[in-house]
Amino acid sequence: METGTLIVLTLAATIRVATPLLLAALAGLFSERSGVIDLGLEGKMLGAAFAAAAVSAVTGSAWLGLGAGIATAVALAALLAFACVTHRGNQVVAAMAVNFIVAGLGPTLGLAWFSLGGQTPQLDQPGQRFLGIVWPWAERARELPLPGLAYAELISGHSLIVYLAAALVPASAWVLYRTRFGLRLRAVGENPAAVDTAGISVDGLRWQAMLVSGVLCGVAGTFLSTAASSGFVRDMTAGKGYLALAALIFGKWKPWPTLGACLLFAFTDALAARLQGVALPLVGVVPVQAILALPYVLTVLLLAGFVGRAVAPRAIGVPYAKEK
Amino acid sequence: MDSVVGPCPLCVHSRSFVAEPPDHPSAPALELRGIDKRFGAVHANRAVALTVAAGSIHGLIGENGAGKSTLMNIVYGFHRPDAGEIRVRGRRVEIHSPQDAIRAGIGMVHQHFMLVENFTVLENIVLGVEGGRRLRAGLARARTELAALARDYGLEVPLDTVVSELPVGLQQRVEILKALHRGAEILILDEPTAVLTPQEADALFAMLGRLRAQGKSVILVTHKLREIMAATDRVTVMRQGAVVGEVATRASSPRELAGMMVGRAVLLEVDKAPAAPGAPLLDVRRLEVRDRFGVARVKDVSFALRAGEIVGVAGVAGNGQSELLEALAGIRAPSAGEIRLGGRDLVRERLGPRERRALGLAHVPEDRLRMGVVAAFSAEANAILGYHDRACYNRGVLMDRAAIAEDCGRKMAAFDVRPPDPRLRLGSFSGGNQQKLVLAREIDADPSVLLVGQPTRGVDIGAIEFIHRKLVALRDAGKALLVVSVELDEILGLADRILVMHAGEIVGELARADATEKTLGLMMAGVKGEGHA
Amino acid sequence: MSAPAKLPRWADYTLLPVAGLLAALLFSGLVVKLVGESPWAALRLFAAGAFGSQESIGYTLYYATSYVFTGLAVAVAYQAGLFNIGAEGQAYIGGLGSGLVCLGLGGWPFYVVLPLAVAAGAVFGAAWAFVPGWLQAKRGSHVVITTIMFNFVAAAAMTYLLVNVLIEPGQQSPETREFAAGATMPAMSALLAKVGIVFADTPLNLAFVLALAAAAGVWVFVWRTRWGFALRVAGGNPAAAVYAGIRPSRVTIGAMLLSGALAGCLGLNELMGAQHRILIDFPGGAGFVGIAVALMGRNHPLGIVLAAVLFGALTQGGSQLSFDMPKINRDMVVVIQGLVILFCGALDGAFRAPLARLLGRKGGGG
Repeated sequence: METGTLIVLTLAATIRVATPLLLAALAGLFSERSGVIDLGLEGKMLGAAFAAAAVSAVTGSAWLGLGAGIATAVALAALLAFACVTHRGNQVVAAMAVNFIVAGLGPTLGLAWFSLGGQTPQLDQPGQRFLGIVWPWAERARELPLPGLAYAELISGHSLIVYLAAALVPASAWVLYRTRFGLRLRAVGENPAAVDTAGISVDGLRWQAMLVSGVLCGVAGTFLSTAASSGFVRDMTAGKGYLALAALIFGKWKPWPTLGACLLFAFTDALAARLQGVALPLVGVVPVQAILALPYVLTVLLLAGFVGRAVAPRAIGVPYAKEK
Repeated sequence: MDSVVGPCPLCVHSRSFVAEPPDHPSAPALELRGIDKRFGAVHANRAVALTVAAGSIHGLIGENGAGKSTLMNIVYGFHRPDAGEIRVRGRRVEIHSPQDAIRAGIGMVHQHFMLVENFTVLENIVLGVEGGRRLRAGLARARTELAALARDYGLEVPLDTVVSELPVGLQQRVEILKALHRGAEILILDEPTAVLTPQEADALFAMLGRLRAQGKSVILVTHKLREIMAATDRVTVMRQGAVVGEVATRASSPRELAGMMVGRAVLLEVDKAPAAPGAPLLDVRRLEVRDRFGVARVKDVSFALRAGEIVGVAGVAGNGQSELLEALAGIRAPSAGEIRLGGRDLVRERLGPRERRALGLAHVPEDRLRMGVVAAFSAEANAILGYHDRACYNRGVLMDRAAIAEDCGRKMAAFDVRPPDPRLRLGSFSGGNQQKLVLAREIDADPSVLLVGQPTRGVDIGAIEFIHRKLVALRDAGKALLVVSVELDEILGLADRILVMHAGEIVGELARADATEKTLGLMMAGVKGEGHA
Repeated sequence: MSAPAKLPRWADYTLLPVAGLLAALLFSGLVVKLVGESPWAALRLFAAGAFGSQESIGYTLYYATSYVFTGLAVAVAYQAGLFNIGAEGQAYIGGLGSGLVCLGLGGWPFYVVLPLAVAAGAVFGAAWAFVPGWLQAKRGSHVVITTIMFNFVAAAAMTYLLVNVLIEPGQQSPETREFAAGATMPAMSALLAKVGIVFADTPLNLAFVLALAAAAGVWVFVWRTRWGFALRVAGGNPAAAVYAGIRPSRVTIGAMLLSGALAGCLGLNELMGAQHRILIDFPGGAGFVGIAVALMGRNHPLGIVLAAVLFGALTQGGSQLSFDMPKINRDMVVVIQGLVILFCGALDGAFRAPLARLLGRKGGGG
């Protein structure tokens, strides 16, 4: 396969892989900017994936699945907000707890309801999945040299959620920097006491941020089970929630750099899939496990080298307790 | 008396509030009747009555723990009183949150600024009163209004500068603008001069005078008698949660006020014999300390500490004293210079706090809760903090619990720490008792040099006297002491020799006899005086 | 909102975890109901499965042994102010170490193999914790994220090793050959038989005793030595640690090493004691359960041992439950564990106020 085609196809795969990462990272952007560490991205996504796939299988509609996915993730986000914001619980512990509960609950309910060993039924009917949307003339453009192929593969043919995710980046930036809500959100992550004395509810803002995070994670999870795959499988998020967090940190908690980080991670993943079994000059065949581990190693390197002392929102991770 | 601020959503409310004629034309701006508040077993406010006349500056003075902060927090809506009522301009109001307080025309400037460091001045001011969901229009409107405010009260501040880049005095102005922008008629200032030089404080008082002239009312909460005398019209004194007196400032005196604060005659001066300094024990030469951004916080500082002498370091907080102390204690590495103790250069040999303690250097930190103790640990654990490696506390591999408990009991008795329970969690002790325990720990180690930062911060007057006496006793025993304090009174009371720091340098060195508040104040503001080292 | 309610110390250590546990069980019952089974029947089967017979008890304690190791690991790090989520990966790699010793020293007597296996397990586990610890100490990289990443890397590395390098030739499943008899832990049933006590044949083995010894050792180290004192100071107030001449970076790295070493001992129970070979994913989530155990046990060795037995019971009871109730699988146990972590570790604030009121009333209105 010639290089140009290879690159285009890899980039297309990158976009697909990046979408759930990006959605989860944007979810984390809102909650973390408000001062809450969001390690629960994993659990929220997984829960949404299960709910979306289950509902889609039962009702035959991917849109209902999307609704269920968002509802589930929002419910989980509300649970986390209840524990961490209202009751000032430890944010790391609460998130890990939710991740475990969801990891176990998905297959448990899946087994009980569908008797398929924990999975949901395959989504094979039309309308049960968010399939790629083909843009006009895409098929014909495919025949043409490189730019045509790029149009056919890179721009056209993605699921609706991919386009939504892309649109959410400028939307998030607008909300964060040009609206009242965004100003207050950023303030509460830096100095909750300042927000409090200005007469704004700190808990209220953080709840709102968590709920927004839930919505975005819901979309991410739905994408995983109804667009990228055709059903829910146990542990299908496979650490994407943590990778999204790493991308957010790498992106310094800003929307556009976070997009860049997600694309970078996804590119590594897509590249790894391409290189599987392929003998590279110098290193030979790279074992599949090394490829699988690469994003995680990369994250550690990033955290160690570039991001080591990046400036997180100042008040992050600390439950807000009014001083007497 | 209409509000001077232009139309903004919140001010529309307060405008209507103000435009209605008050019940009594000369009603006091703020009246508190029978305010009572308990926190568990602590009776923080006992049936407090307070009246602030319109267009006046009213002082509220009392020791730490007297209840003045609680009272103001109630007025600003952080707490609900158990009983009592609040009247603004003669009309009763229910204040359940800061938003209610703001709507009632009450604004508050806290001791620790409530600013978002990486926001601009404008963003900080509009936070909470943005004027709409989208920022652009609201910000533009705010700009115009703030320009008017700045003109009227002389409160010019660069609106688009990031707050963290502003000097402290300007940051305080931002806080005041915040309150005025929300239509505050009553302004509460909590310990406003803690971070200002005497000259800056005077400028603040002048500005308060302008506010008063415009009909605003100001409540000045402070523990500094000097400020009360300089700036207020009337003053209310609180002690142990209750109001013990209210006088016209001009009719009173610092001695009378201090007496009311404490309930007995107070010695405002520390009683001590003249110093007889001996050989130099600590020698600091050309010390330079940089912060993590590479900015020099201590520049070319040289001085010597002699046995039997207390050297006071005066200066407004943030001029390098903290960094100097940390460098001397071994917590922060200097970028240049020497520190000689016991014939060794602590800097060149890179000796840490542990080694310095072994050489006879002890350190009472400026912020004991942040650095000097572990609040969650017991008193006895804290009593050996920094000395836990010593043979007297260890038997082989294990720690000797009996010895540690006995040691703590001894320290508590010697320094009158109450309650004398070594097992009690340190966080349960009052500030004064915590500080006494920290002092006990450092002095008990029999150092030849003692570094002390803010020895009486957050300590009640009775303990202050005790601590001052202990420090003087140490001096008389032939030790060298370095006392850093932002309280000029304390420096003037304790020190035999005074160094003044400004912007990281020692800008003046005076013998106590030659020092006056005025000369020191000028040096603290950077005007170089005689004896520049 | 006023200051949070304060409970007397003893209540904080006993009532609060119990309250959390009850809440977790309540919600677990709801899930069981949701799945279509009877919560009461499930509870009965559960209790019987965990403690009903000698065999059940043996299995419960065998699971508990692993949890003691990982719980201690998490607790030691926590005392130093670090959240070690990587016990799973550290246990995995530690097991590789002790497993290699067992494979390599096939013909040697037990009393030679044991100390070497313990040392290898500890060293390998510590090594896997070293990098996250160093990164936190020197670069400020959040140890929570790095340890999670290292878990994934450990899984990938071990999969590779077991599939490609260590696999017993001719075998289908990715596992090594069986350890020689001298390189296995004596089973408890065998040991007890020597003193004349009859005990059912279960995977419970000598590692249980080692775990208890480790708990005692941790207690002495953290609360009775000056290094433990320094560790707790660094965790309680890092600025005070610097003031006292304690180097926080040294404590961070040291605590992570100790933590990893403790987690690394899990292989002694699982591999040397029960499986007698190295196999894929043998920690089976024990690293994460260790977090729950440490939280429930309030990061104190005594509490950890008790909590570990509790979670061992949960595992064993849950395992039994999934045999007897077809609609419930092993994932249910994970749900219960998650609920316990949630209620005991994160929602304890919610219980404080009601409990304080309850106690206040009993104490005569203070």
